[in-house]
Amino acid sequence: MCKDDSKMISEGSSFIKGMLLGGIFCAAVTLFGNFNKGHQSTTDHHHHHIQAPSEEELLKLPEPKRLELSQHIRVYCIILVQPRELSYWAAVVDTWSKHCDKAEFYTSEDVKVFRAVSLDTKDQWLMLRNALKHAYANGKGYSWFFVALPSTFAIIENLKYFLLNKDPSQPFYIGHTVKSGELEYAELEGGVVLSFEALRRLVGVFSDDVKCPEQGRALWKLTEEKELAVCLKYTGVFAENAEDSEGKEVFNTKSVSTLIKEALAKKPQEVVNGCCSDVAITFHGQSPNYMQVLMYGVYRLRPYGHTFHDSLIFLPPVDSDND
Amino acid sequence: MVAEDLYKTVRVLCWVMTGPKTLETKAKHVNATWTKNCNKVLYMSSEEDKMLNVVGLDVKEGRDQLYWKTIKAFHYIYEHHFDEADWFLKADDDTFVILENLRLLLSQYIPDQPIYFGRRFKLFAKQGYMSGGAGYVLSKEALRRFIEGFKTKKCAHLSCVEDVELGKCMETMNVTAVDTRDRNKKELFHPLAPELHLVKSYLAKKSWYWSYNFYPTEDGPGCCSDLAISFHYIDSVHMYELEYLVYHLRAYGYKYRYNAE
Repeated sequence: MCKDDSKMISEGSSFIKGMLLGGIFCAAVTLFGNFNKGHQSTTDHHHHHIQAPSEEELLKLPEPKRLELSQHIRVYCIILVQPRELSYWAAVVDTWSKHCDKAEFYTSEDVKVFRAVSLDTKDQWLMLRNALKHAYANGKGYSWFFVALPSTFAIIENLKYFLLNKDPSQPFYIGHTVKSGELEYAELEGGVVLSFEALRRLVGVFSDDVKCPEQGRALWKLTEEKELAVCLKYTGVFAENAEDSEGKEVFNTKSVSTLIKEALAKKPQEVVNGCCSDVAITFHGQSPNYMQVLMYGVYRLRPYGHTFHDSLIFLPPVDSDND
Repeated sequence: MVAEDLYKTVRVLCWVMTGPKTLETKAKHVNATWTKNCNKVLYMSSEEDKMLNVVGLDVKEGRDQLYWKTIKAFHYIYEHHFDEADWFLKADDDTFVILENLRLLLSQYIPDQPIYFGRRFKLFAKQGYMSGGAGYVLSKEALRRFIEGFKTKKCAHLSCVEDVELGKCMETMNVTAVDTRDRNKKELFHPLAPELHLVKSYLAKKSWYWSYNFYPTEDGPGCCSDLAISFHYIDSVHMYELEYLVYHLRAYGYKYRYNAE
């Protein structure tokens, strides 16, 4: 029945309602079954490079299913801010965070100008822990959790496109990965993505004072991104890097300008093609002003007459004028 | 594909104002980016350069030579390339132009009309004039009249301020300055870099920009059309950045708020 769905849906609208419901369930199972081969019921998996789904794989599904899938994937954005970064905070509020299904700002201390969850600590690791705990407690109905810093610019639609064929009830911990000795971790600057299951396991290990102490490792201090990786590793969750269908990184720890300058130096004949992904998810170190330029460049400015046959549809957010 | 059809039917010859000092630092990067979308491109300098398609005009270099360069460039084009295009774009070597959006605009007009397009400024000429840095476009008929103006001495080199003088000549020769704002009255040609237009209060209230602009305009997101045609004061790195933002980076599946139709 699952394989013949596409034929049945095209016949008669009376079928559609019933088929849609069953179809969505089937699509989810089929998708996850197809794309997670080898990871079905393991508690830890070691795939290190996840690829975004290709157009053909997505276009195999009938359109109603694809639309539903677009709307079902819900991202909870966790943005860690400090009062001294007020201009960045303001920029994030006014730009990309409007595209999150939920955007929560977590601050070391309250500021009058912006609404945020106050964590009452300046310790980076404690901030991250408490933010994630809070997000988990308030995150029912969200399948993915995305952690960002204030000078990171994120394109949530590209994140959703990338995550579409991944099952959030499986543990995923994705970002721009780096190896430090034996530990592979996702750099916070590039944005860190956790599936609901990964976050559930993480919150579980938070109560283990040996594996994941609140004050961090006693003998040597690790940065919070590394502490995160260590704690997750104890629960069988490993960091994974991310690339588009051409092998280009989608989580970037550098700004657009820096990446262009690097491409100009390394590949002067093919600067733009050699630089960055068309469906990049993050850039880091962007000024508040440049975030406005990115909103315009990503969501508005385009050459007339170039059409894309995208298999997903994302609608513009309400009450926003810069996208 | 729509863009391909417009390329064939709306032929644009682009000429880029450059010089020996900025050939490597600017013109080269212009050539590596947006000018490949022109039907034909020529670079105008005081010195010829065969590698980059640079025409050596009989001019000297310097700000006071800009209108001479413009006059001679258009004469050169009229003499050698008039039949190769329907529309003639002038840009600086720090202007970024999106040809597809220009063709969309031009497709609504006929090249035999005496018209010209750009970012309209007021002052100095009754019908205003088009900002040089933002790039301007002459119809075939407008170019014919420009040449005619110099032949009959109705137009002359009265000053070196290229855009103002060209505007005066256009007015003398009854070439109409077109209102090039989109359906929502947002500007298409921009005399500054994107950041200066898009960020509210970046430009001071006293800035020359507000008194020069022919039509009422704003800063912030309302500054610019989604289908903008040009930006100015774009250095080499920025050329590639804009190329990336316009032609590559996008939000997958996003349904745009503004559409041309």
